[in-house]
Amino acid sequence: MSQTAEQHQSLWLLTASPSIWAAHFVLCYASAAIWCEKFAGLGGSLTAVRLAIVVYSVVALTGIGIVGWIGCGRHRFGDAELPHNADTPEDRHRFLGFATLLLSALSGVAVLFVSLVALFFGECY
Amino acid sequence: MTHHLRELCRGIEPPSQRDSGAKRAEVALPGSAVALLPDGHSRIQSALNPAGVEAAGIENLFWWMVAGTTVVWLGVMALTWHSVRTHPESFNRRREAFIIVGCGAILPTVVLSILLVFGLSALPGLVAPAPSGSLKVVVSGEMWWWRVRYEPAEGQPIILANEIHLPVGEPVQFLLESDNVIHSFWIPSLAGKMDLIPGRTTRLAVTPTKTGLFRGVCAEYCGTSHALMKFDVVVEEKEEFNRWLAHQATPAAPPDNPLAQRGEKQFLANGCGACHTVRGTNAAGVVGPDLTHLGSRLSIAAASWPNDSAHLRRWIADSDKIKPGAYMPKFDMLRSDDVNAMAVYLKGLK
Ligand code: HEC
Ligand SMILES: [Cu+2]
Repeated sequence: MSQTAEQHQSLWLLTASPSIWAAHFVLCYASAAIWCEKFAGLGGSLTAVRLAIVVYSVVALTGIGIVGWIGCGRHRFGDAELPHNADTPEDRHRFLGFATLLLSALSGVAVLFVSLVALFFGECY
Repeated sequence: MTHHLRELCRGIEPPSQRDSGAKRAEVALPGSAVALLPDGHSRIQSALNPAGVEAAGIENLFWWMVAGTTVVWLGVMALTWHSVRTHPESFNRRREAFIIVGCGAILPTVVLSILLVFGLSALPGLVAPAPSGSLKVVVSGEMWWWRVRYEPAEGQPIILANEIHLPVGEPVQFLLESDNVIHSFWIPSLAGKMDLIPGRTTRLAVTPTKTGLFRGVCAEYCGTSHALMKFDVVVEEKEEFNRWLAHQATPAAPPDNPLAQRGEKQFLANGCGACHTVRGTNAAGVVGPDLTHLGSRLSIAAASWPNDSAHLRRWIADSDKIKPGAYMPKFDMLRSDDVNAMAVYLKGLK
């Protein structure tokens, strides 16, 4: 058991979902900005960008889903219940997993909120 | 700072009103239009007093936001109350988890989703261009005033400043520019804000629905006198608007009394024409606001002060006190009767 805890005390996975959310936002923003400025022009069609945003969103949500799944697995590690607040490597492991799961849920909603914009805008303003 | 403010207020009082408390308060009010308006003046700059299609949409959104956030707030308060009142003995894990996840996560997400969809669905309409053929008004943000250029479908563009008239019931296309710093164009009663960004032209379509006087402001900090960078907006019937615009397009009428004639001479002799245009004279400067029909405006110095000869006098002799940092030199070296003549001349440019 201590071997697993040893392996999984890293904080990195915790940052994965919010990072995917951030990357998704920047990609959407940059794609729309460059497309409208360099290609479509004022009043031009946004269809290409909307399709791109759908693809970005599917990829991002898949990534976030996988991270959340892994987080959930760690949260369920062993048979301890919430709250994971014992001062043991195992509970730290579960706690980080649970936090990863919650951040993944938040990031998933955020990605959906960002991509919602593509639903309402059909042209460059 | 306080000292400076006191100076500012004292500086603006015409000498005859020095000791009248009531008058002083009125004159010192920054916001000429307030002092000028007979009644109903308090709501000329309110987004909750919409007089345009766009502002009505924004007001609607505002109330939905208030309602939605009230629901979230009540949820949080109920949770707090519950957590304080619950006895440890009656603690029920499943019920608590349900409350935390329900009120703390799902409810806000649902409410925010509804508000987001509602807000986003309003956006395309707010940023859409006005139909082609609409009246076009180009507004340039200056430090700290507004250059206004009407571009009628036919004929020459008409360059004005600090006051915008609009026909009621018609969409207007504003094109917004700046060659200095970022400003933001906002007429709360008519529409949302739009930034003026150096190197770009931004657009704002506005459809006024009620006649009346409104106030616009610069809504992005742009330097010392940012807070005194305002403008008057007059929404009027189409015929009245056409008459106004046709008149603004004409050159200034030559002054018809000796004092104003002397004022015109002084105006041209003292170099005011290097910065100001008075169409019909040799004054053709473009650094400062066009003054061709200054006398017809509701206020001076970007809606900062009433447009009367007392304030015009103070402005010419002491522009920096009335408007700190203003890019107009003060002409306090001139004889006061010359300044007075210029004020009378300018006030006469109807
Ligand atoms: C160096 C350029 C310059 C000169 C010279 C100059 N002005 Fe100005 N003037 C300005 C600027 C800039 C403003 C706008 C200031 C502001 O509102 O921030 C202004 C504003 C004004 C206004 C208010 C206009 C409005 O739309 O409300 C009046 C009136 C005026 N000037 C009169 C004069 C007179 C009279 C003279 C000559 C004695 C003069 N100016 C000389 C630059 C100049
Ligand atoms: Cu400004």
